[in-house]
Amino acid sequence: MSGLPNYHALKVDAAKCIGCTHCMKACPTEAIRVIDGLAVIDHERCVDCGQCHRSCPTHAFYVEQDDLTKIKVFKYRVILFPSIMIGQFPEKYNETQIYSGLKKVGFTHVFEVEQPIQLLIDSVNEYLRNEENPKPAISTYCPAIVRLIQGRYPSLTENLILRKAPHDLAAHFAIERLLLEGAQRDEIGLFYATPCIAKIASVKSPVGERESIVDGIVNMNHLYNEVMKVISEVEAEDNSEQRQNLSEEGILWSQTRGESGHFGSRSIAIDGIHNVVRFLERLENDQVKGVDFLELRACDQSCAGGILLTGNRFLTVEKLERRAKRYPSAKDISESTIRVDIEELKQKLVIDSISPKPLFIFGKDRVNAMEKMTRAQRIVCSLPGIDCGACGAPNCHALAEDMVNRKAKMSDCIFLQQMWEDEGKITARKALQNVQKKWGKDRFKADCNKRGRRNEGF
Amino acid sequence: MGRLFILKLTYNIQGGDFTHAGHPSSEVKKVLKQLDIDGKTIKNIVIALYEAEVNVVAHAWKGIVSVEIEENKITIWVTDEGPGIADIELAMQAGYSTASKEVREMGFGAGMGLPNMKKNTDELQIESEVGKGTKVKMVNYFS
Repeated sequence: MSGLPNYHALKVDAAKCIGCTHCMKACPTEAIRVIDGLAVIDHERCVDCGQCHRSCPTHAFYVEQDDLTKIKVFKYRVILFPSIMIGQFPEKYNETQIYSGLKKVGFTHVFEVEQPIQLLIDSVNEYLRNEENPKPAISTYCPAIVRLIQGRYPSLTENLILRKAPHDLAAHFAIERLLLEGAQRDEIGLFYATPCIAKIASVKSPVGERESIVDGIVNMNHLYNEVMKVISEVEAEDNSEQRQNLSEEGILWSQTRGESGHFGSRSIAIDGIHNVVRFLERLENDQVKGVDFLELRACDQSCAGGILLTGNRFLTVEKLERRAKRYPSAKDISESTIRVDIEELKQKLVIDSISPKPLFIFGKDRVNAMEKMTRAQRIVCSLPGIDCGACGAPNCHALAEDMVNRKAKMSDCIFLQQMWEDEGKITARKALQNVQKKWGKDRFKADCNKRGRRNEGF
Repeated sequence: MGRLFILKLTYNIQGGDFTHAGHPSSEVKKVLKQLDIDGKTIKNIVIALYEAEVNVVAHAWKGIVSVEIEENKITIWVTDEGPGIADIELAMQAGYSTASKEVREMGFGAGMGLPNMKKNTDELQIESEVGKGTKVKMVNYFS
């Protein structure tokens, strides 16, 4: 395991956040609380799935990326991107025009990451053949899922397949190819165009690796805009040789069922993080029998539903399915077109280990944790069970847990306050001040211009 | 060492309700995860409790799961009102089942319930009275 800190690219723009509860409710790891009228992410718990980004009515979540001018210091500037990106562009632009557009933006070499995919297929099959590896083996393709499992299903960490993702494959492939062309390693800059936040985190602080070989990250929607500014309306130079190792399987890899069909005699593909959560609960209870391989993706429609994409996910899927048909099967691509040392490249796909990182523990001292849990259970008895989120926690249970961890108070519950008022325990004025403290002063006055007013992006 | 503290949990089970079988075991699992109990031990406990739950759902009218967690162990009692077990020794044999055809068609009743419970617990005690019900006590020690 690397000792690097957990990098998270996701940030909240305080000027845009209206302090509603959409993100807090959507988060699959209860990592968000509303504090002083603003969403705050607990980065220990966050798995970078992007559900908050997706659910935010005011687009207050934003994603940090590296400065594109950074590429200039390298002689060989490689853009790595998943095939999904090709599906973002209007149909009038063909691959040749898009590739040329990427070069105009400043890159010298263009690599779609899902190549040569047969190497990854072979490598994963090799892993699956080893009887000692626990079944069902779970793909490590989606980094949000890997983090979800480490944190929320630590006992399933051992089911994760110790093989890297296509972007690592392509990064190593690109390096080897450029070295063959006569480049020096330090002249090569690798940049990855990402469809999602989770990939950013996995590139910046990779799971199971010492350090990332990618030099920078660019958000796919940003790159899309840059390319659209310079893309040629007429035919561009022929660059098809750069797609020699791209296959039908590679193009479909990032889509739902892109992996599952290749592995095991019984495999299951699940997309959407909440679907995955429900399935993993069952798997953890040992109620799933006889399955060899699990493809789990955090986004609906897998990467086509990535939050940094421009196009509609269903249109993207359809476009890529059509594109894939024009490409040869991975098996039919001759090893001679790969040109680099295949065994060495395969070796680079191996991950040493992935360790569990349990997120939901009440501290290391067991008796102390038991006492805390008992207290939390008792507190839950006093809470209304409405799960309204008005306390700034996603549900009554989470509020109770926050309380025993000294992160919240009984008076955060607006219904309890109401009762205390009725019982004469606090004044109406004090009760109002308490909610104002949580949600901001003047939040409850009629004002058509205030934050969170009606129709604001909903 | 050995501060005495007991965390208690209770759940109800409805006989015949296969859709919701597994709720108590999922809840107990959640608690054990929060207590940072190791994954293997949790898995054993969850499997044993799930089997016990399914037994109640498949055979009995209703039941109660009571859980007591101490620093070094968990004790689970599953008590049901039901037909009881006539021959416990026979029921402990792998593959022996009295489950109805309907229950078997749902994928349960393979006769592995009690053997699985035995395999996944450190201590297992079964008391039963025909026509009244069954009481199962399971103990697992934490490492």
